[in-house]
Amino acid sequence: MAQTLFDKIWDAHVVDKTEDGTCVLYIDRHLVHEVTSPQAFEGLRMAGRKVRRVENTVAVVDHNVPTSPERLTEVNEPESALQIATLEQNVKEFGVTYFPMSDPRQGIVHVVGPEQGISLPGMTIVCGDSHTSTHGALGALAFGIGTSEVEHVLATQTLLQKPARNMLIRVEGKLPAGCSGKDIMLAVIGKIGTGGGTGHVIEFAGEAIRALDMAGRLTMCNMSIEAGARAGLIAPDETTFAYIKDRPFAPKGADFDRAVEYWHTLRSDAGAHYDKIVELRAEDIIPQVTWGTSPETVLPITGTVPDPAAEPDEARRGQMQRMLEYMGLEAGQQIAGTPVDVVFIGSCTNSRIEDLRAAATVAKGRRVAPSVRALVVPGSGLIKQQAEREGLAEIFTEAGFEWREAGCSMCLGMNPDKLTPGQRCASTSNRNFEGRQGPGGRTHLLSPAMAAAAAVTGRITDVREMI
Amino acid sequence: MDKFTTLTAIAAPLDIDNIDTDKIIPARFLKTIKRTGLGRNLFADMRYNPDGSEKADFILNREPYRHAEILVAGDNFGCGSSREHAPWALKDFGIRCVIATSFADIFYNNSFKNGVLPIALPEEACAKLRADAAMGENARLTVDLARQVVIRPNGEEIPFEIDPFRKHCLLNGLDDIGLTLEHASAIDAYEARMPSWLPKIQGA
Ligand code: SF4
Repeated sequence: MAQTLFDKIWDAHVVDKTEDGTCVLYIDRHLVHEVTSPQAFEGLRMAGRKVRRVENTVAVVDHNVPTSPERLTEVNEPESALQIATLEQNVKEFGVTYFPMSDPRQGIVHVVGPEQGISLPGMTIVCGDSHTSTHGALGALAFGIGTSEVEHVLATQTLLQKPARNMLIRVEGKLPAGCSGKDIMLAVIGKIGTGGGTGHVIEFAGEAIRALDMAGRLTMCNMSIEAGARAGLIAPDETTFAYIKDRPFAPKGADFDRAVEYWHTLRSDAGAHYDKIVELRAEDIIPQVTWGTSPETVLPITGTVPDPAAEPDEARRGQMQRMLEYMGLEAGQQIAGTPVDVVFIGSCTNSRIEDLRAAATVAKGRRVAPSVRALVVPGSGLIKQQAEREGLAEIFTEAGFEWREAGCSMCLGMNPDKLTPGQRCASTSNRNFEGRQGPGGRTHLLSPAMAAAAAVTGRITDVREMI
Repeated sequence: MDKFTTLTAIAAPLDIDNIDTDKIIPARFLKTIKRTGLGRNLFADMRYNPDGSEKADFILNREPYRHAEILVAGDNFGCGSSREHAPWALKDFGIRCVIATSFADIFYNNSFKNGVLPIALPEEACAKLRADAAMGENARLTVDLARQVVIRPNGEEIPFEIDPFRKHCLLNGLDDIGLTLEHASAIDAYEARMPSWLPKIQGA
């Protein structure tokens, strides 16, 4: 029977099946970070259990870490310091490979996995973090789990799961200049809504997807969770294999060739069944930006903020009203031209070298607007080094951006990088929920190039006018 | 894990769609290494003013809803992050059951692991239950997991669907890890046939 890519990866990992169809699913890679793991290790300890496969497990600190240049010596918030110290104690006690803050490989867990060649096509990859969907860009089945499941994977290297449904999002055509994977994905979420993918694994396919580099693909799969999906998937191809080759933990030499041979089989068969299919034309996409406090509240940059009065459903009308009040926006106003206080370029959505290059192209030779604080936070220490070698860091600092150490930073209010109440931020991250970037903070999601444009003009701006 | 069999309790209406995990428990409260004590900060930004005082109009700050053990919410409850702190916070507050038209996958999954029962019902049924939940002192619903029904104050029974395996685990308070370890020999066999090119994460 014709199978989807998801079906193939799933079948290859079923260890056992119970009568009612629940599968014991084998997990190839388990990525661990400091926020969702302490209670899981504690559970292991209390039950006298070990980590079943330390060779499938890697840990990194990201959510809590400061991103200031002095972070190795300065005093962190005590609760953050405790979470980091707890992880360090756990990895030592259980023998798990770990990248601490002092290691250049440290960074956001979803940046580190692909960068190190730890995440590979055909694998099952989990992490106690919803944006684990990111790794699906390599053609892996990757999804977020809760802390009980983190403990379950540590103890058994498996999960009890039932298969998801299959959804196909096909994007044909060529993406216009000034647009990126981020814009495609925001457009997708705007179209299908934050519940559109619930219960499904989304496979992205089509000419515009194949044309994306790995960074663009990682961005799209990253935000599959914002579309409600369990995971995002892109069939591996030559772009993928070239990206993986020579990464530290990737297979080498003859092993690599054997791996590629297998990876070539990882594509959906012609005629495979999808429970849902959505099609978009890449030519129709222009730079996107969100106006509300849900990632589905997307507008093209030429658009105007919608009017709740035009919404027939009463509950929705109330929610739109509340979003407008929270965001400090008026119905009918042009989204372009909205002044911003902060610009954040970073997060597991958009902190890879390609993202920084796109932002630097816009920032080059320009100055950050005087009223704006702009941060660039590379996704890993290695990306930071590479950007410094390529001269990107200099472009940013000369333009007046802060150039920071790797971590989740202003993607969420768990470390010192936070918005203050009422501040408006153009952000390359993935969630614009109320208070996500700090209590009372207002978030507009957009691409790295759009963020750089907002930084230098001080307003939400159509980057196409600047390139 | 705690068992869940039947529950008769105050139900609180929360007629908002897309209640995300940042609303259930904001990120700044995730810096704990324990599973307990999060109830105080459940819905923190909706429940408290910036000075820490309670917002009088928030439902869980009012009687009898301070003692609610059931929530009747809108659509797509629990969307956002994978934080199990969300069901931990609900449970620590005393909520044992959430009824909504739909749930985000990870939250749905996490709830079961903590003895919190998520029940998905059509909008029409949720609307009825929200109306029941608005009845103050009389806002009492009964959830009977074995029979898979929610019983309204007027005695009407609303049936709900649940995966038989999850139901079994919840009714009996079974620990997943224990169940999985019954498959230990199958896991050993699987590992023995893994391809040799598959690299190991070692010697960092
Ligand atoms: S960068 Fe943001 S979304 Fe990504 S793992 Fe960190 S906190 Fe989560």
